[in-house]
This record gives sequence, C-alpha cells and structure tokens, in this order.
Amino acid sequence: MFKATVLIKRRSSILDPQGVAVEKGAKHLGITNIKGTRIGKLIEFYVDVDDRAAAEKEVNEYCSKLLANPIMEDFEFELSEWIPTGEEVK
Amino acid sequence: MSLKFGVVVFPGSNCDHDAYYSLKKILGYDVEFLWHKDTDLKQCSVVLLPGGFSYGDYLRTGAIARFSPIMNSVISFANKGGIVIGICNGFQILLEAGLLPGVMVRNNSLKFSCKDVYLSVDNRDTIFTSEITKDFSSIKIPVAHGEGNYFADEKLLEELVLNKQILFRYSDADGNVNGENNPNGSQLNIAGIVNKNGNVMGMMPHPERACDPTLGRTDGQLIFKSIANYILN
Repeated sequence: MFKATVLIKRRSSILDPQGVAVEKGAKHLGITNIKGTRIGKLIEFYVDVDDRAAAEKEVNEYCSKLLANPIMEDFEFELSEWIPTGEEVK
Repeated sequence: MSLKFGVVVFPGSNCDHDAYYSLKKILGYDVEFLWHKDTDLKQCSVVLLPGGFSYGDYLRTGAIARFSPIMNSVISFANKGGIVIGICNGFQILLEAGLLPGVMVRNNSLKFSCKDVYLSVDNRDTIFTSEITKDFSSIKIPVAHGEGNYFADEKLLEELVLNKQILFRYSDADGNVNGENNPNGSQLNIAGIVNKNGNVMGMMPHPERACDPTLGRTDGQLIFKSIANYILN
C-alpha cells in the first residue's frame, strides 16, 4: 500500500482572488512583507496496490481526470510506502 | 421534432423547480425532470442543467456533477447536435464536462453577487437568441453566484470572438459594455457563451427567474422562446 500526497496549484497566469483577499488580511494584521499569496489544495489518500508503477498510474489518472482541472491547475504528488494500520478505510 | 424540455436534477440543484415552473406554467411547454442517476433523456429535445450547488460545490464547482450517470447521456446528446442549456451551476458543469471551453473562478469581489444585471446580446443569430430583436438594446436578468468569473487564455478569447461564440456580456441598460457593470471580473464581461456548433449554451444569469410577469421581469422568456421557435419551425 502507498500513501499519496497530492498538491494542486493554480497556474500563475490565472488570477487567484482568494489569495489576494487573504493577503489583504495579512496587511490588516500588520504582517506587511508578504507577497504573491496563492491558494491551492493538498489532498491525501491511500492507494491499495503493492506495485509503485501501478500506484503512480492510478494517482496520475485520479489527478488529471478529477482532482485537478488541467485548464487552470497543475498537480504534483508524492507516494510513500505505507503499512496498513486499519485507519485507511475510515 | 416535438418540443420537450428536460430539467436535470442533481443533488444540490436548487433552480430546477424554478426552471420547471417557468417553462411549464408560464410558457406552457412540455417539461420533465431528469434524475442525475438515470441515463434516459426521455426523448427530450432540449436538456437544461439548472443552477444550484450540485454536490455542495465540492472540489470545484460542477466537478463532481459532471460524472453523474445522466451526464454521459447529455454529452453524447450534445455531441450529436442536441440542444443543451446550462444556467449558472449548469454552466459550470458544462465547462467541467468540456462541452464548453474555459473555466470559472471566484468572483473578483469575493462576494456572492445576487442582483439584476443588464446583458448586451452580441450574437442574435443563434438557437438561443433569435427572439431577442434589435428593439432590445439589452436584456435584464438576475445573477446569483459566487463563482462566475469566466477565465480563458488569450487564444481562446480570440477564438470566441472570431466565431461569435460570446452571446451575452454584462452591460448597462443601453447595452454598453464596460468594467463598471461587470459583477464578477469575467474576461470581456462574458456572461454567456455557445459552443462552436451552436447547440450548447452556458450562461451565469438566470433566465428562468425572469419569466413570470408577477416578478416584474420577463426578458428570460426570450431565450426559451428562441429555443422553442427553433425546434418548432
């Protein structure tokens, strides 16, 4: 089994109104040196196969067809070997 | 061909009954609900994807509804030339499904925008706009969305303009398009577009909420009447 951690980032060419608003909040707090805040997504899950190549293939498909919208987002992921603990199915 | 509208009901749709009411009770058209888990379009000649918050807008607006069983049928119906109209969340679903180009991002104001807007009609020679005569310098229809900021890269924008795929743009009452009347930051003030073939249309404003004269606005009727005339003639 593998644990997957997917990072989804909005392309730099696409406006991120949320990031802009959050950064305004920082200025109100007196945190003044922050620039270029952009908000993405971190998604975690487990892949129940033993073969790393098979896991990569499945995660890639999951990301490109559903988790990320390829028109505006890029994704990257990490896979680490995972010994099942029973927590995975919850 | 007989005229029959099919209104798709996703979990979280909330304008499905408004659409049904306006089409059936105000305009007198044949209408049926289509359940998202079904695959049968029940011989509808027009499929309408209504507004709402399908699947709670989880992940991205429209991202999960796009994989509902009914959507496979809607996609093949559209690819064969069937008429599909997506309103608000329905527009977002059409974008996610790839039936229309571009993406929708959060309103630049970060606020949910809920008000009447005026739309200039850029192309009156389509299935969806033929009834909007030159007498209308704009049409008045409400918007209600938090994520209606249409984004496309420059190449796609040029293509949309060149192919006359932009049907509606946010404007003032006289049809002048300017930044002041843009409720969400959409590029080129885009409020509604059609696909290249001209049979699939998506728009953020709600024409179904501008049909009943009791509510004081009826311009939405023009869009449904255009579709009906196209099918009946």
